[in-house]
Amino acid sequence: MSVLKAENYSVRFSTPDGEVHAVRDVSFNVQEGECLGVVGESGSGKSQLFLGAVGLLASNGRSEGELLYRGRNLTGLSQAELNKVRGAKITMIFQDPLTSLTPHMRIGDQIIEALRIHENMKGVEATRRAVESLELVRIPEAARRLRQYPHELSGGMRQRVMIAMATACRPDLLIADEPTTALDVTVQAQILEIMRDLMGELKTSIILISHDMGVIAAMADRVQVMRDGEFVETGTADDIFYSPKHEYTRMLLEAMPRVDQPDRPGRTVLEPLSDADKLTKLLDVEDLSVYFPIRIGGLIPKYKPLRAVDGVSFTLQQGETLGVVGESGCGKSTLARAILALLPMTGGAVLWSGSDLNQADKDALRKLRKEFQIVFQDPLASLDPRMTIGQSIAEPLRALEPELVRTEVTARVSEMMERVGLDPAWRNRYPHEFSGGQNQRVGVARAMIVKPKLVICDEAVSALDVSIQAQIIDLILSLQKDFDMSMIFISHDLSVVRQVSHRVMVLYLGRVVEIAGRNAIYDDPRHPYTRALISAVPVPDPKKERSKIRVELPEELPSPLDTRAGLTFLKSKCIDDPDAEQYLPKLIEVSPGHFVAEHDPG
Amino acid sequence: MMVPVLPKDRAGMMQSAEAVKGRSLWVDARRRLFRNKAAVASMIILGTITLLAIFAPLLSPYSFEAIDFSLIQCAPSWWQGENVLCYADGTHPFGMDAVGRDLFIRTLYGARVSLAVGLVATGVSLLIGVIYGATAGYLGKRIDNLMMRFVDVLYSLPFIFFVIILMVIFDRNFILLFVAIGAVEWLTMARIVRGQTLSIKQKEFIEAARASGVGSWGIISRHVIPNVIGPVIVYVTLTIPAVILAESFLSFLGLGIREPMTSWGVLISEGANVLETAPWMLIFPAGFMAVTLFCFNFIGDGLRDALDPKDR
Repeated sequence: MSVLKAENYSVRFSTPDGEVHAVRDVSFNVQEGECLGVVGESGSGKSQLFLGAVGLLASNGRSEGELLYRGRNLTGLSQAELNKVRGAKITMIFQDPLTSLTPHMRIGDQIIEALRIHENMKGVEATRRAVESLELVRIPEAARRLRQYPHELSGGMRQRVMIAMATACRPDLLIADEPTTALDVTVQAQILEIMRDLMGELKTSIILISHDMGVIAAMADRVQVMRDGEFVETGTADDIFYSPKHEYTRMLLEAMPRVDQPDRPGRTVLEPLSDADKLTKLLDVEDLSVYFPIRIGGLIPKYKPLRAVDGVSFTLQQGETLGVVGESGCGKSTLARAILALLPMTGGAVLWSGSDLNQADKDALRKLRKEFQIVFQDPLASLDPRMTIGQSIAEPLRALEPELVRTEVTARVSEMMERVGLDPAWRNRYPHEFSGGQNQRVGVARAMIVKPKLVICDEAVSALDVSIQAQIIDLILSLQKDFDMSMIFISHDLSVVRQVSHRVMVLYLGRVVEIAGRNAIYDDPRHPYTRALISAVPVPDPKKERSKIRVELPEELPSPLDTRAGLTFLKSKCIDDPDAEQYLPKLIEVSPGHFVAEHDPG
Repeated sequence: MMVPVLPKDRAGMMQSAEAVKGRSLWVDARRRLFRNKAAVASMIILGTITLLAIFAPLLSPYSFEAIDFSLIQCAPSWWQGENVLCYADGTHPFGMDAVGRDLFIRTLYGARVSLAVGLVATGVSLLIGVIYGATAGYLGKRIDNLMMRFVDVLYSLPFIFFVIILMVIFDRNFILLFVAIGAVEWLTMARIVRGQTLSIKQKEFIEAARASGVGSWGIISRHVIPNVIGPVIVYVTLTIPAVILAESFLSFLGLGIREPMTSWGVLISEGANVLETAPWMLIFPAGFMAVTLFCFNFIGDGLRDALDPKDR
């Protein structure tokens, strides 16, 4: 029996620049108890399609065609009639769980509100159902959580609350629009599992919208591939993943980095280090710490150190790429900024070709800036909106090589723009005129124009679509080869890191838990945290996903203010006092070049 | 040398002829400003008023201080209305004031003072306020605290008291008027700019500039100031009228400019007293002032749009 069925369904927006046809004549069918995956890149119209379905289009949008919920057409319904269906029978969850929850309402009240409106449930009965819903999404101590506010919960917990809210009225259909995109991999894996269990227990159908082929492979029974408002390919998950017919689907699958297959044919392959490079040590980070004082209390404040980076040591050879992975809050961006001397370090040393950056005075540091540069995550935010891209690319040259005359600067900028695949004639355009991928090329050009010896990529490809991501990775790798640069590649995406890094370092709450060569760490992870991370990464391979056994983390990420947090994996040495000086787990070399932090066995 | 062009984007090729020369924000802004009709019309009107003010002595046979006792409070010859005591001849197009001086030439002399005060005092407050506010906001922490507490102290001084002290110490003069008004107006400007700077400082492109090796002053002048310009321009268009009014208030108290020299503020306050018997004494200076303020507002709007590269 079909739950939601669309026939020649279209969504149009009227804009000052003419009409935009966001969704063009699509047809699909969701059966009872199945999960339909809709995959596509940004701008493909996948979100608008289902926003239209629940009547949440922006005011300049309208939907056409037939959209049947259990045989009843939804497109012509008034708001009042639609309200009876949506929220009760068709519910939706969104990407950002913080903005989708009302900040001033207790989460219990928010769930009960939905129950009151749709099921006319009140009092004890409603509370009981709310607790039940929270327990279904495996929220511990559900009854107590009802009285908490959204800001008291972590991102993953909030998304669970959203799912609990969406399923409280026992809907037929749950539309999940990128439900895990803003979450860490381990949390993503938990949320996906919860959704899968809900499908089994409540017989709810799910439409899962995602840009991530891995997530789709883990969840979907059938898949629709969407591009430019149209479905280019439709089929069962196995068909789509093992024998894709349309070239776009093939391209998506090929562009997607895979944690289980680092060097696939058709993609740029990482070159091993040359023997000469192996001998030149470029960067030596010794016991680096960065603490931020956090103010606690009001009138007479106390300050507690937040250990963002807590005793990290590593070395980097010339031409080598070190991948840094870890979940949000593990200190990987802070580490990058401390190495670049953009943040003051609390302790330790950063030795650049033997000279200590911490000791360098202002002028010496500015000269050294020529040697190391950074590429940021958000390509648009990292470019000054009031500067043309030519000016942005030229900026490091003007600051670091002031002796260059204007024509030389222009020539260098043109050369660099061509090298990164930008037309030098675009020099006078502004960042907002370009796509994210093009702006990231500008960011790369700006970092590379002074021919640095070290480039730090801080989530440099995380905000991009997979096809664009593949292009930028190729670009960075080929530039690295040409200029013989070292790289520190920071990412939360373990698949990308495996593709580009010679060695990989895993951070957990500001400390290194494991560091090893790329294959050693992925094929033979020793630390329980590394294992959990790697097993949580979804692979675009439905059969593997179905049979995968995940390594669970013992608990949620603890507060980094609590000194016990550092010993999550070494409980035996932990002193049970949040302010006590704790034992520092040591790194142990388990095989040549493979270091693992001490942890409890098991 | 031909610049090789990638075949990706045709629009890029069309631009390449002009693209060889670097364009800056300011060149672009000028081009966009001149496309804005309201702003261009305002600039023409304002330019005309300025020229009239500069060449005022050549335009009328009368002096701004010559008194004709036979024509006290006489209406212009074309005036039609009741309760008119007498009519002046055609050489007095705006009529006469309460002591028998030609209002046309006095309005233009008033324009000199008001425009000069408006522009110079605002310019002074803009210059000090933007640099001070951007520096405080960008450097932050203790320096910010010190600099802004200093602003708070100045804020708490009563304006009039402050002006009277200045006048007593340095004797009344025209320049002092600029200093006094400018010294007060830059405080608000500094606060606005500091607030904006604090939010811009958090943006990633500032960090990118620091990583590129740009020094503090380079970041303030090339990244912070161009990005605070939107709210600043809006505030400037509000400051100019406020300054012109502040001047008239000081003049009214006898602390501003000295008779027989005049300004729009003075003329308006004189005109307002005789609104019922001699409305022309209010209408002309007030009309000029209103038109001028409108022009500043349109130009301000135009500038703000022109300086926003997203609006091409």
